[in-house]
Amino acid sequence: MATNRQAASTHSRWRAPILFAVLAVLFVLEGTVRNSMFSGSWNTSLAILNMGLISAITALGVNMQWGYAGLFNVGVVGFLAMGALAPVLISLPPVEGAWEAGGTRLMLALAVGLGTLAMAKLAWTRTRSGILTVAVLIGGFIVYRWLFDPAVTAIEANNPARHGNIGGLGLPVLLSWVVGGVFAAAAAWAIGKVALGLRSDYLAIATLGIGEIIVAVMKNEDWLARGVKNITAIPRPVAQEVELQRNPEFVEFAASWGFPAAEASGIWVKLSYMSLFLVALLVIILLAELALKSPWGRMMRAIRDNETAAEAMGKDVTRRHLQVFILGSAVIGVAGAMMVTLDGLLAPTSYNPLRYTFLIWVMVIVGGSGNNWGAVLGAVTIWFLWIKAEVWGPALIAMLTGPMADGPVKAHLLDSAPHMRFIAMGAVLLLVLRFAPRGLLPEQ
Amino acid sequence: MDILNALVVFLNFVFIPAAAYGAQLALGALGVTLIYGILRFSNFAHGDTMAFGTGVVILLTWGLQSLGISAGPLPTALIALPFGIALTALLVLGTDRAVYKFYRKQKAAPIILVMASVGVMFVMNGLTRILIGVDEYRFDDGARFIMDVRTFREMTGLPEGLALRSTQALTVVVALIVMVALFWFLNRTKSGKAMRAYSDNEDLALLSGIDPERVVRLTWIIAAGLATIAGTLYGLDKSFKAFNYFQILLPIFAAAIVGGLGNPLGAIAGGFLVAFSEVAVTYPWVRVVGYLFPGYEPSGLMQLLGTEYKFAVSFVILIVVLLFRPTGLFRGKSV
Repeated sequence: MATNRQAASTHSRWRAPILFAVLAVLFVLEGTVRNSMFSGSWNTSLAILNMGLISAITALGVNMQWGYAGLFNVGVVGFLAMGALAPVLISLPPVEGAWEAGGTRLMLALAVGLGTLAMAKLAWTRTRSGILTVAVLIGGFIVYRWLFDPAVTAIEANNPARHGNIGGLGLPVLLSWVVGGVFAAAAAWAIGKVALGLRSDYLAIATLGIGEIIVAVMKNEDWLARGVKNITAIPRPVAQEVELQRNPEFVEFAASWGFPAAEASGIWVKLSYMSLFLVALLVIILLAELALKSPWGRMMRAIRDNETAAEAMGKDVTRRHLQVFILGSAVIGVAGAMMVTLDGLLAPTSYNPLRYTFLIWVMVIVGGSGNNWGAVLGAVTIWFLWIKAEVWGPALIAMLTGPMADGPVKAHLLDSAPHMRFIAMGAVLLLVLRFAPRGLLPEQ
Repeated sequence: MDILNALVVFLNFVFIPAAAYGAQLALGALGVTLIYGILRFSNFAHGDTMAFGTGVVILLTWGLQSLGISAGPLPTALIALPFGIALTALLVLGTDRAVYKFYRKQKAAPIILVMASVGVMFVMNGLTRILIGVDEYRFDDGARFIMDVRTFREMTGLPEGLALRSTQALTVVVALIVMVALFWFLNRTKSGKAMRAYSDNEDLALLSGIDPERVVRLTWIIAAGLATIAGTLYGLDKSFKAFNYFQILLPIFAAAIVGGLGNPLGAIAGGFLVAFSEVAVTYPWVRVVGYLFPGYEPSGLMQLLGTEYKFAVSFVILIVVLLFRPTGLFRGKSV
C-alpha cells in the first residue's frame, strides 16, 4: 500500500498542471474558435467559467465531507438554497412597511418555534417523560401558529405585486456570502446532530430529506423570499453593463482592444465576477489545505480510514464528523450565496436535486475525492462538459442518425438528445467509481 | 353532533386516499427493504426503477390500446404490467451485472454501493426521459368509479358524498395480493427461505450451500417487480410524471426505516404509517370538526401543515425514529 502511494505521488507531479492546462485550452477555444463545437464568444466562455468556479466551491465543501470524513451528503441542493437566502435577507434594501406589518411578531414566532424545540429537548432529557415532551411540543406549536399566521398574512399583504416579503437589511452583498455559510452551517448542525453516529446510509437519507424540505420552504414561504414569484435585482458587487457602455473612457478602452462596447462590457463584468470568485476559491482552498495538513486533518483522515482504531485512540468520532459536516456545509452555503449574487436572481424552482446535488457528486468523484485541487478540476471540467453536452449531444445524435430514413424513430431520438447528458453523467460517475476510484487527481 | 357525516368526510378525504397511498408506499418500501436485507445498501435508484417500470407499462398500454385490447372495466395497464415487470427485471439484472457485482465481490463499504446506486439512478433517469419524456401522463382507463358522490348521496340521503375510485380499490387489492404472495414466497418456498437465511447471516448461509448469486438475482427480480407494481399503481391513482418518482423516494425510505430496514413486515406497517400521517397532517379538518361540533366555528382551515410540505411529514417521522429507535419499530438490521 505504502509503495503504491509513493508511485502515485511521483507520477502525478506534472499531472495536475497538465490537466489544468488542458482545461484552460478548452476555455480559450470556447472563447476564440467559432464552429459547430465552440461558440467563439468570450462572454459564453467566461459565463461557463464563472458558474464552474461556483461549482468548484460547492465541490470543495462536498469534498471536505466525503474526502476528509467519508460522509455522504445527498442534500447539497438544500444547503445551496440555505446560502441562497442570505443575499435576499442581507443585501436587499428593506421593504417599506414590511417590518411594521408583522416583523416583530414574526421574529417572536420563530423564537417561540425554536424555543419550543429546545424546551422539548430539555423536557425529554430531564424527565424522560414522553407525555410532557409531547405536551410542550403541542403547546408550543399552538402559540407558534397563533403568532406566525397573522404576521405572515400581514407581511404578504404588504404591496404583494412588488414585494410581499420581509425584505433585507441593505448591507453589502459580499457580507451575505459569509452569512450564507452560517445559514447552511446551522441547517447542517441540526441534521448532523440527529443522523450522525448512526449507520452511514442514514445521513444520506436524512440529508436527502432536508434538501427537499429547504427547497419546499423556499418555494412556498412568500414572506421569506417571495416564493416562486422570484426575487430579482439583488445588488451587484460589480459594475452594471449599461453604466460601462455609457462611460466614454470604457468605450475607448474597449475599442483599443478591438471589441464593440456592448460585448466588452459583458466581458468586463464577467471578469470582475471571476476575480471575486477566484479570491473566494483560493481563500477556501488555502484554509482547507492548511486544515488538511494540520494534526486535525491527519486525525480526520485517520477516522475516515479506520473508525474503530481512531475511536480506540480516544477520538470522538461522532463529534469530529459533526464538525466536518458543518464546515463542509458552510462552504456549500457560501457557494449558494455566490450563485444568487452572480445570477442577480433567486428562482426557487430552479433548485433541482439532479443538477445541484448529484452533478456536484459527479464532479467530486471525477476530480478525485480527498484532493481539493481535484475537486476544483473536476467541478470546472464537468460543468464545461455539462453545458457543452447540450450542444454536442444533439449534434452527435444528428450525425449518428444521419444515414437513417426519416421517421418517428429518428424524430424521437433527435428529440430526446438533451436527455442523453443524464445518461452520460451517470455513466461517467459509474466508470470513474469503478476503474479510477481515486479520480483525475488522486489524494496524496 | 353529526357523526355520520363527519365519518363520511373523513373516509372520503383521509382514509381512502391514505389507504391507497399507503399501499403504494408499502410496496415501494418492501423493495427497498429487501435490497437492504440481502445486498446491504440503501438503493437510491429505487424511485427511478419505479419510474422506468411505469414508463414501460405506459408505452405497452398505449400499444395495447391502439390494438384495441382492453381489460374491460379494469385499466389496460394491468395486462401490460407483467411485461413491464419482465423488462424492468432485465434492466435491473443488467445493472447488477455491470455495476453492483464488482463491489459485492470486493466487499466494498456499503456507502460505495450507495454511491454506485446514485450513478445507476442518473442513468435510469435519463433512460426514462428518453423512453417517455418528462411530461405528465394519465393512463387510467376502464371504469372510473366504484362508487361516485351522486350515487352515494342518493343511496344514503346524506348531504356529504363518498367517492371510491376504481384505481384506489385496485391499488389496495393488488397490493394485498402481492404482499400475501411475497410472504408466502419468503416463508414457504425453498428459495424464499434461502433469501431469509442469507439476509440473517451471510456466512452461515454460504456454509449451508446456498448460492449467493442466485439469491441476489432473485432479490433483484422481486425488487423490480415490486417497484414496477408500486409505480404503476401510483401512476394509475395519481398520474405519471418522472420527477415525482424521484420525490417519492423520501417517503419510501422513511417507511422502510420506520419499519426497520431489512424487515418486510415493518416496511408495510411503515408505508401505511407514513401515508396516514402525511394525509392527516396536511388535510384541512374544518369540515369534519364542523360536523362533530356544530356550534363551534373555527376561523382557519384547521390544517396543521400545507400540502406543499407533505414531505416534511415523512422527514419528521424519519427523524423521530432515528432519535429514539434507530433500528425501527420492528427491529430491523442493527445500526
